[in-house]
Amino acid sequence: MPLRRGGTLVLHCTAPHQGSGRGLRTGDGVDIGTMIRRGLDRLLGRGEGRADSRTVYVGHGAWSPAQPFTPPRYCDNRIVSSKYTLWNFLPKNLFEQFRRIANFYFLIIFLVQVIVDTPTSPVTSGLPLFFVITVTAIKQGFEDWLRHKADNEVNKYPVTVLDGGRSTRKESEKIRVGDVVEVLEDETFPCDLVLLQSSRDDGTCYVTTASLDGESNHKTHYTVPDIETDLLLLNATLECEQPQPDLYKFVGRMYIRREGQEPAVRSLGPENLLLKGATLKNTSKISGVAVYTGMETKMALNYQGKSQKRSVVEKSINCFLVVYLCILLSKALVCTTLKYVWQRQPGQDEPWYNQKTQKEKDTDLYLKMFTDFLSFMVLFNFIIPVSMYVTVEMQKFLGSSFITWDRDFYDPQIQEGALVNTSDLNEELGQVEHVFTDKTGTLTQNNMEFIECCIDGFQYKYGNCASELDGFCVEDGPVNKLQRKAGREREELFLRALCLCHTVQVKEPGPGLGPVDQVDAARAVEERGFIASSPDEVALVKGAMRFGFSFLGLDCMKMKIQNRNKEIEEYDLLHVLNFDPVRRRMSVIVKSEAGETLLFCKGADVSIFPRVREEEVMRIRTHVERNATEGYRTLCVAYKKLSTEAFAQADASLREARLALQDREEKLLNIYDQLETGMNLIGATAVEDRLQEEATVTMEALQNAGMKVWVLTGDKMETAKSTCYACRLFQRRTELLELTVRTLEAGGQKCEGRLHELLLDYHRRAVQDAPPAKGGVSRSWSSAVQDYGFIIDGATLSLLLKPPSSRYTSLFLEICQNCAAVLCCRMAPLQKAQIVRLVKNTKGSPITLSVGDGANDVSMILEAHVGIGIKGNEGRQAVRNSDYAVPKLKHLRKLLLGHGHLYYVRIAQLVQYFFYKNLCFILPQFLYQFFCGYSQQPLYDAAYLMMYNICFTSMPILAYSLFEQHICIEILMDNAILYREVARNASLRWGPFLHWTALGIYQGLLFFFGVHCLFRNPALQDNGQVYGNWSFGTIVFTVMVFTVTLKLALDTRHWTWINHLVIWGSLAFYVFFSFFWGGIIWPFLKQQRLYFVFANLLSSVSAWLVIILLILLSLLPEVLLVVLRKPRASHIQQLKMRSSARKHRDFLSNTGVI
Amino acid sequence: MMASSYSAKEEDGHHSGAPGPGGVNAKSRKPDNTAFKQQRLPAWQPILTAGTVLPAFFIIGLLFIPIGIGLYVTSNNIKEYEIDYTGVDMSSPCFNCSQNYSWNSTKPCTCSVAFSLDQPFESNVFMYYGLSNYYQNHRRYVKSRDDSQLNGNLNSLKDPSKECEPYRTNDGLPIAPCGAIANSLFNDTLELYYNDPNGTKIPIRLVKTGIAWWTDKHVKFRNPVGDGSNLSAVFQGTTKPVNWQKYVYQLDTDPDNNGFINEDLIVWMRTAALPTFRKLYRIIEKQGDATPTLPRGNYTLLITYNYPVRSFEGRKRMILSTISWMGGKNPFLGIAYITVGSVCFFLGVVLLIIHHKYGSRSNNADIAS
Repeated sequence: MPLRRGGTLVLHCTAPHQGSGRGLRTGDGVDIGTMIRRGLDRLLGRGEGRADSRTVYVGHGAWSPAQPFTPPRYCDNRIVSSKYTLWNFLPKNLFEQFRRIANFYFLIIFLVQVIVDTPTSPVTSGLPLFFVITVTAIKQGFEDWLRHKADNEVNKYPVTVLDGGRSTRKESEKIRVGDVVEVLEDETFPCDLVLLQSSRDDGTCYVTTASLDGESNHKTHYTVPDIETDLLLLNATLECEQPQPDLYKFVGRMYIRREGQEPAVRSLGPENLLLKGATLKNTSKISGVAVYTGMETKMALNYQGKSQKRSVVEKSINCFLVVYLCILLSKALVCTTLKYVWQRQPGQDEPWYNQKTQKEKDTDLYLKMFTDFLSFMVLFNFIIPVSMYVTVEMQKFLGSSFITWDRDFYDPQIQEGALVNTSDLNEELGQVEHVFTDKTGTLTQNNMEFIECCIDGFQYKYGNCASELDGFCVEDGPVNKLQRKAGREREELFLRALCLCHTVQVKEPGPGLGPVDQVDAARAVEERGFIASSPDEVALVKGAMRFGFSFLGLDCMKMKIQNRNKEIEEYDLLHVLNFDPVRRRMSVIVKSEAGETLLFCKGADVSIFPRVREEEVMRIRTHVERNATEGYRTLCVAYKKLSTEAFAQADASLREARLALQDREEKLLNIYDQLETGMNLIGATAVEDRLQEEATVTMEALQNAGMKVWVLTGDKMETAKSTCYACRLFQRRTELLELTVRTLEAGGQKCEGRLHELLLDYHRRAVQDAPPAKGGVSRSWSSAVQDYGFIIDGATLSLLLKPPSSRYTSLFLEICQNCAAVLCCRMAPLQKAQIVRLVKNTKGSPITLSVGDGANDVSMILEAHVGIGIKGNEGRQAVRNSDYAVPKLKHLRKLLLGHGHLYYVRIAQLVQYFFYKNLCFILPQFLYQFFCGYSQQPLYDAAYLMMYNICFTSMPILAYSLFEQHICIEILMDNAILYREVARNASLRWGPFLHWTALGIYQGLLFFFGVHCLFRNPALQDNGQVYGNWSFGTIVFTVMVFTVTLKLALDTRHWTWINHLVIWGSLAFYVFFSFFWGGIIWPFLKQQRLYFVFANLLSSVSAWLVIILLILLSLLPEVLLVVLRKPRASHIQQLKMRSSARKHRDFLSNTGVI
Repeated sequence: MMASSYSAKEEDGHHSGAPGPGGVNAKSRKPDNTAFKQQRLPAWQPILTAGTVLPAFFIIGLLFIPIGIGLYVTSNNIKEYEIDYTGVDMSSPCFNCSQNYSWNSTKPCTCSVAFSLDQPFESNVFMYYGLSNYYQNHRRYVKSRDDSQLNGNLNSLKDPSKECEPYRTNDGLPIAPCGAIANSLFNDTLELYYNDPNGTKIPIRLVKTGIAWWTDKHVKFRNPVGDGSNLSAVFQGTTKPVNWQKYVYQLDTDPDNNGFINEDLIVWMRTAALPTFRKLYRIIEKQGDATPTLPRGNYTLLITYNYPVRSFEGRKRMILSTISWMGGKNPFLGIAYITVGSVCFFLGVVLLIIHHKYGSRSNNADIAS
C-alpha cells in the first residue's frame, strides 16, 4: 500500500510540470506555483483518504489544459441487479442452494446412496431433492430473467449525452462519470447527476422521488449557481464524497474555471443532486453531469441487503430437527450394533442359502461397519422430511396472499389494500408480545387542523367559522377579535410569520390554466392545494389563510403572500434553515420589500423558549401547556430583525459552511444555533391531530390479547399523554410512573442519583408489591388490582442507558413489564430502535412488533421482529421498510388477532404434523430391522418411500395450513383473549412436541406389530395362498397413509370443499396409484416387487379387517383426548361463542342481511 | 430485485401522486370479493364432543364385538395340524437324514413321520411347509433375483442381472434362474399316506397347481420362448443353480408347470415377510360330499430330506390346514376385534357418564352467563 501511494504521488508530481508548458501556450493565467501546490494538496488528500472524495471532470475536460487528463476509473453505468449470467447460473445457483443446511443434508444422503450399497436406490432421495432443487432453480432463474429484462430496459435506455460539442444518443449503460447528460420531462435520471442547467428560468427543476422513497410530492432541485449557459464552454471539475447510500446527504464542491480568473468555487448539496430513479417533472429539459454511475448510484446502494428476519417457528423447527437427527443417529447406531452382535451367532451372518459376494467378503470389517451405519442412516433418513421445507415455503408464500387479498384492509381513501413485503413472518403476527407504536400518523391521523393560536398571550380561536373550513370569513369576525386583543401589527407579524416560515409548495397549475388575476390568486392557490413534507406546515398555512394571509407561492426565490387587504407582498427568500428533529425548529431569513431582513423561526416550545426573552415566555407558556394537555400539537413562533451587518456575516458563514466538504452538517448546525438566538416570541399555534379511526378499540383489543403497548413518539410528553388517555392506553385509575427530566429535576439532586432512587421506588411499587400472578410468564389477563402506566422521555432514557446507570436497565424493563402501557416521548428515531432492541433482548426474547408511518419509524420497524408500516401521509419510507403495510391502524387488529393467530396455528400444526407423520412412517421400518437380520431391508417399496411425502400426504396438510380456521376470524377478533392461547409459541413447545412424538411412536408400533401379528400366519387369502414381505409392507403403508390423513381430518375444524377434495383425493390417489403401480410390469424396474400386491391384498378379507382395525385403534386415543379435553373453560367458551355466532349468522341470513 | 421492484415502485408513485378520479383503477386495486380470497368459503365445522363421539363409540363397539366373535369362531373352526420334521432330537425319524447331509450326495435320504388326526378335515386341505429362523427377508437375499429373466427375457436369460451375484454364473455359464432365492429353492419332497385301518397305505393325491398367485403364474413368470417347443432347447447355454440337482426345465413333467412357471418355484420366489414363515406346498382337494378330505386316522408323511436347515438353527415343518374366508388359522384378528369392540363400548359408557355430568355443568354455565 505505501508503495502504491508513493507511486501515484510521483506520477502526479511530474504531471503539473508537463502540463505547465501547455498551460503557458494557451495563456492560462493561473500561477504555476499555486497549481502545483493545489494539485499536491488535492493529490495528497486523495492519497490519504481515497474513500473521502472523488473528482469528476465535467464533460471530461481536463481540470485545466495544463494538467494531463488521466480519466479515473469508475464503474460504468450498468445496473446489475441480476445474480446470475447464463454461464454461471447452474454452478452458482446450485452452490447457493446447497448452502442451505437441509439441502446439503439431503445431498449427503444422496451421495451416500450413490457411493455405498444402500437399501434404497439413490432415486428415492435423489428424485425429491432433484425436484426441490429444480423447482427452486427454475423459480430463481425466472426471477433473475425478469431482473435481466428490467436491467436491460434500464441499461439500454437511450439517453442524450453532450460529447465534445455534439449531443449524441447513447445507451444508458455507456454513461461514464463526467458525462454531461440531458434529460427531458417525465424521463427518469439514468444516473446520479449534478444539475448544471435547467430549462426553467429560475434554475430549478422539479423532481419526484416516488420510486426511491415513495414521496410523491415534487421536490425542487437547484442548478449550481454561476454556470455558463453554454455547457460546451464550461470547464469545471467537481469534487464530491465517495458514493454513500443516504438519499438525503450529498456534499461536494465545484470548481468553475474561467479564463483569466481564479476558479470559482460553488458548494453542492443534496439540492443539486438528481438521483437515479427519480423522475423529472414540470421541467422540459435539464442537463447534468454524471457523478455516480451504475452500482454506485444512491439507488443501487440503497437496494442492497435488507437483513432477513427469521421467525421463531423456524427456530423451533431447527430444535425439532436436532431431536430427530439424534433419533436418526441413535436408530442407526442401535441397528448397527445389534447387527454385529447378531451376526456373531453361528450361521446367521452367511447361511448357505445367502452367500456374500466376493467383494463383500473382502471388505474390511470396520469399513463395513461404517457403511452399514451409513446404510441405516439412509434407510431411516426419511424421518427428516425434505418436503417439509418445500411445504413450509409454499404455505408461507401462498398464505401471505390472503393478507393482500383481504378486503377489510382496503382503504377507499388511498385505494390500496395491505401490502406484504415478506412472507416469512406470517406466523410471527400471532406471537406478538410487545407492540411499539408511533403516535403521530399511527395512533393519530396526521391530518392536521389548525385549532387556535395565541398571540402575545391572547387566545384566538377560529370558533365562529370553524364549520366553514375553506371559507373566507376573514373580513369582520377574526379581524375584529384580533383588534380587540393584541396590536394589529403583532397579529400581522404573526400571520406573516406563519405564511413565510415554512417549506410548503403550491401545487403546479395545470397546463390549461391561464394566468390568474390577482384577486382570485388566493382562492386559486387554495384550490390547487399545498404540498409539504409535514402536514403541520400545511395546517399552519391554511390557518393563516383563514385569518386573511394567504401564501401564493414561491417564485424565483420570492415568496408571495396576499395580505388582508388583498395586496400582494413579496419577500426575498434568502435562507431556509431546515427543520431537523434534533433542533426541533426551522427558520427562514427573508427580506421584505421595505428592505428589512427578518428571521422567522418556529419550533417546539422547548427549543424556542430558551432562545427568547423570559417575560414573553411567561405570557405564552400557560397557553402552550393547556393546549398540549388537550392533545394539540403546539408550535411557538418567534422572529428577529437582522441588521445588514449581522445578515452579511450570517450569509457569509452560511455560504461557507455549505461549501464545506467535511462536517458540513455540524458546521451548519452551529451557525443555525448562533443565528436563532435573541429572538422575540410572537405567539404559539395549536394544531389538532385527530385519533385514527378505531384507535381506541384497537389498542384495547391488543391489550386484551396480552400485548404490552408502548407508545414511542418524538412528541412532547403532555401531547403524547393526552393521546394515550384518549385511546385508553392510560385510564383514569392508571397510576402514572413518570421518569422524565421534570421529575428528575424536582428532587434537586444530581440527575443520576435521583433516577436510581425513582427507579427503585417504582420497582417496589409496580413489581414487588404487585400480586405475583402478574409475572411475565403466566401473563394473567385480569387487569386486577392496580394499573400502572410508565412514562419516560428521551433524555432520561439516554441517561438510563449510559454506563453508570445501565445496570438499572433491567430494573426499568421489569417495571415496564408490569405496566399496562408505556409511553416514551421525545424519542429520536434511533432511540426508538434502541428501546425495541432493549425489549427484544430481554429474557425469553419476547416477540416485538413496531408500527409506524414515517421515516422516523423506519429504524424501529427494521429493528423489531415484525415491522408494520402504515400507509399514511408521511411518505412511503416506513411502508418500504416494513414487513407488512396496512392502510390504517385499525387493521392491526385483524392482522394480529385474525390472520396472525390463524397463521400461527396453521404453521405450528404443519410443522408438528410433518415430524409426526415421518416418525410413524419410519418407525415400522426401524422395527422391521429386528426381523430381517438387521440387513437394512426396506419395509416399503421404493415408490412408496419416495411418494409418501411428496404425493400421498403432502396436499392435505398444505390445504389445512392454508385454509384452517379452528375458530373463525370474527370470533378471534371479538375475543382478543383467545390470542393468549397461542402466546409464547404455545403449540411448538416441548410439551406439544412430545405429545405428537408419542402419538407417532404409538401409531408406528401399532402399525408394525398389528400387521406382524396378522402375518404369523401369512395364508390370508381364502385360496390358501400366502403373502410375502412386500404385502406386509404394503399393508403397513396403507394403514399408515389412511391413519395419517384421517388424523389430519380429525384436526381439521374448517372443512371447505378444498379440504374435502384434497383429503379424500389424496386417499383415492393412493389407492389408484397402488393399483396402477402394481398393475403393470414396468420395463425400467429391475424388480417387479409390487406386481399385483395391492390388488391381491384387497382380495383378502383379513387384510381389510386388519386395516380397518388398525386405523381405528390408532386414532382412538386421539379422539379420546380431544373429547376428554373439551371440558376446559376456554373450549366451552369457544363452543358457546361458535354457537352464538352461528345463531347470529343464521339470524342475519334469515333476515336477508347476508 | 432492484430493477424489478423499481418499476413497481414507480407505478406506486404515479398512483399516489395522482389519485385522480379513476373508477376503473379503483376497481382493479380493490381485492376481489370472492369467498376464496376472503377466506369465507362455506365450510363444515365439525366439533368433536363427547356427545358427537358417543354414538360412534357404541356403534364401533356393537359392530366390532360380533365381527370379532365371528372371526374367532371361524378361526377356531379351522383345522390345523403341524409336524416339525427337522430331526433335531435323536428320537425323531429324520435325525439321521439331518445329520448326514451333504449337497452332492446322489442318493436321497428319506424318512417317514407317522401322525394321526383326531378330527376329520372336511373341506379342501392345504399343505404347507414351514421354515423357521430362515431369513428370506434378508436384504442381500431379497434382491438377489432377476425378474426380467424370470419373465422370459432372452437377454436376461443369457446375461443375468448383477443383483444375482454370487449366484449369477457358474463355470462361465449363466445360471437360470439366477440369484440366491432361486438357488435355495425348497427341495424336500413331501408325500402323504393314509394308513387305512386295514394296514394298507393309501397315497393321498396332492395337487401341485393353484398354489401360486394367478398373476405370478400367468404374467410375472414366463418361460423364454425359443425356436422349438422344447424347453431344454431354450435353456441351452445356461446352467442350473449351484444347489439344484435338476435343471430348471426338469422341475416337472407337465409343460404348464415346468421351467420358470413351475409353481413351487414361483411360491418360493415370493419372499416371506418374517423369518418364521410357511409356504403353500400342495392342495388336497375334497373328493366328494360324502367323505371328508382327510378322515380321522393315522397318516404317514414321507419326506425326501434334501433341505439342510441345521447349519443355521432352522426348523422345518409340515402343516395341514383347512381354510376359511379369512384365510388360515389366526386367532389374532378375532381377539383384537373383540378387545377393541369391548374397549370402545366401555369407553362409550364412561363417556356417557362424563357427558351427563359435563353436559349438566355446561348447561348451568349457560344459564349463569
